[in-house]
Amino acid sequence: MHELSIVQSMMELIQESAAANRVRRVTKVKLVVGQLTLAQPDLLQFAFATLKPDTIFEEAVLEIEERPLVMRCRQCGETFEPEYIQYACPSCGGRCEVVSGKELYVDFYEGDTEEEEHGDKSGDGATAASCQ
Amino acid sequence: MEIKVVMGQRLLRANEEVAQKVRERLARSACLMVNLISSPGAGKTTLLEATLKRLKDRWRIGVIEGDVYTVRDAARIAHLEVPVVQINTAGVCHLNASMVTKALEELGEGPFDLIFVENVGNLVCPAEFDLGEDAKVALLSVTEGVDKPAKYPLVFEQAQLVLITKGDLIPYLEFDLGEVEKDVHRLNPEVPIIVTSAKTGEGLEAWCQWLEERLRQKKEAASVTA
Repeated sequence: MHELSIVQSMMELIQESAAANRVRRVTKVKLVVGQLTLAQPDLLQFAFATLKPDTIFEEAVLEIEERPLVMRCRQCGETFEPEYIQYACPSCGGRCEVVSGKELYVDFYEGDTEEEEHGDKSGDGATAASCQ
Repeated sequence: MEIKVVMGQRLLRANEEVAQKVRERLARSACLMVNLISSPGAGKTTLLEATLKRLKDRWRIGVIEGDVYTVRDAARIAHLEVPVVQINTAGVCHLNASMVTKALEELGEGPFDLIFVENVGNLVCPAEFDLGEDAKVALLSVTEGVDKPAKYPLVFEQAQLVLITKGDLIPYLEFDLGEVEKDVHRLNPEVPIIVTSAKTGEGLEAWCQWLEERLRQKKEAASVTA
């Protein structure tokens, strides 16, 4: 079950970012998972549910977007969604490459930040920070 | 205040960073590391024993054994008087780069020409974790049937070499080698496939030649950058 390692890694990444952004409570995590990673969404959910008690993720919802395998022919440009990897183009026989299906990343997370000490409540939800 | 933080980092980035450190360390010492991946019972340890008997007097070899529990595999390798470190993952179904880093430290400086990593028996999860190895070698035993490459494509797509093991049993089974080759090459068009038998010795010469060729390439690359 590599799902456990994946979720651990996800939580570590977000924890680092949350500390930098003074997020004290995460409410939602959006994860993108390609078909080729063989990571099962229900096992990811199970791992998350197991690991989240007593962390900043305690009340967080995990949303998983699955991306199907998409391949494109380098010769004729045709894109198709085979069940398995298939390097020969079904149209012209040319060599194909994987366009999508290997994804495994955190798209974004949402959370509550610590209250400002001087009581500034004017932040009305439009804040977006990139930590790339 | 509610905020949304956009990320986009690959999740296994932390592992990849550690793997890169392993790779740099192995490049400096001109040591080839091969990651053996298969399902449980495909014959990784048996093939390794046969391989070590052939190569241990020619090269300085170390072995890292990965298992969920027990030190049985390491004990088999230790019988051959080859330095070996056992990793017990205690439930985790794959090795990762941090575990290999620790095992390399335990194995010591050697120096080694060649390190074999025998991954946890599993065709799914080990494929996701870069260990800093030079090559992944996928093993498929003939008793597992021909459908494994289609069912577990990632391992076979990433492999630099595919070894068919227990080849001596082919006459007793309905194992269509042509079908396996076709399925593997559909995933990984250039990958060589060698039929082996640790029992009869079939294919071991070709497998050892493949290893020694990679070893020579690694030594050359190291001497150019040195």
